[in-house]
Amino acid sequence: MAVGGTGTIPNRIPHRISNAENSFGDVSGKVVADFGCGCGTLGLASALLGAEYVIGIDVDSQSLEIASINAEDLELDINLVQCDINNLQWRGQTVDTVIMNPPFGTRKKGADMNFLSVALKVASQAVYSLHKTTTREHIKKTALRDFNAKSAEVICELRFDVPQLYKFHKKKEVDIAVDLWRFVPLKE
Amino acid sequence: MLFCNIKGVTNGFPLRIEMEKFVVKEVEFNADFLRNVFPKIEWKALVDAAQSMGYAELPKDTEWPTMLLDDSNEFLKKFQHALLELHLEEGALICPETGRRFPVNKGIPNMLLHEDEV
Repeated sequence: MAVGGTGTIPNRIPHRISNAENSFGDVSGKVVADFGCGCGTLGLASALLGAEYVIGIDVDSQSLEIASINAEDLELDINLVQCDINNLQWRGQTVDTVIMNPPFGTRKKGADMNFLSVALKVASQAVYSLHKTTTREHIKKTALRDFNAKSAEVICELRFDVPQLYKFHKKKEVDIAVDLWRFVPLKE
Repeated sequence: MLFCNIKGVTNGFPLRIEMEKFVVKEVEFNADFLRNVFPKIEWKALVDAAQSMGYAELPKDTEWPTMLLDDSNEFLKKFQHALLELHLEEGALICPETGRRFPVNKGIPNMLLHEDEV
C-alpha cells in the first residue's frame, strides 16, 4: 500500500469501524462517503467491509492520487472526487453512511464542526467521526441542537500520535486523546 | 462517480457529461442494493448521463415497482450497468446553469471552486 501523505489515522481505527459494522450494520451493502479521505484509509476499509458504493472526497489532488493507487493495489473500487466539503452541494440524504477523520480544527477553528454539519445533512443512516476528547461536550451539544442529529454517542476513546507533518506543527510529536463518535441523523 | 454527478455536487443539476474516455468496471450483481438505492436516483438524470456515455439501454419511463421486482432482473442489470459499472475516465462535467466546466482526469472529477465562485 502506498504511503499516505496527510493521514494520521492509527491502524486501529479501521478495526473499530469493523466492530461498529458488526453492531449496527452501517457499512455492508451501503453507500458510504469518506469526507476528507486523504489517502483513502477509511473509505477503503469500508469497501473491504462490503460497502457497495464508496465515495472518497478530498481537496488535495495528491492525496486522491495516492488513494487511487491504494485502491488499485487492494483491488477495490472507490469513487474519488476532488471537492471542498464546505462547498458540497448534495441534495438531501444522498448516502447511507459518512465515515470521516476531519481536520480537528486546532489550526482552523471549527473545521471539524463544518464537516460534521455537512455529514449530518447528507447521511440517512449514520455518521462516524473522530474528534478531540477535549471537545466532547461541545460536540454532543452542537450535534443535537444545531446539526440534525437524533443521537450522538462516543463509541470509544483512542490516542493519536500525531507526528510533525506540517510546518505549523510546533512540537515534534504530540499524543492526543480522540473520540470515535457515532451520530444518527434525523430522517428527512 | 456517476452517483455524485447524478445527485449534483455543485449548484445546478444535473451536470452534463462531456465524455472523452470511459471505462467499464464490472461489479457483482446485488439486487437488494439496487432496489434500495433506486428511490434516491433521479431517473431522467441517470438516463441522460448514461446516454452521454454511449449507453442507451435504459428505459425512459420506469414502471415502478414492477420493473424492480421482475424475476428476470433484466431492468436491474441495466440499471446496475449505468449506475455502478460505467465510469467517466477522462472528460468533464458541465453545470447546466452556468456552463462551468469541471474537468475529470483519471476518473477523478475536480469540483473545486475558484475563490470568486464560493
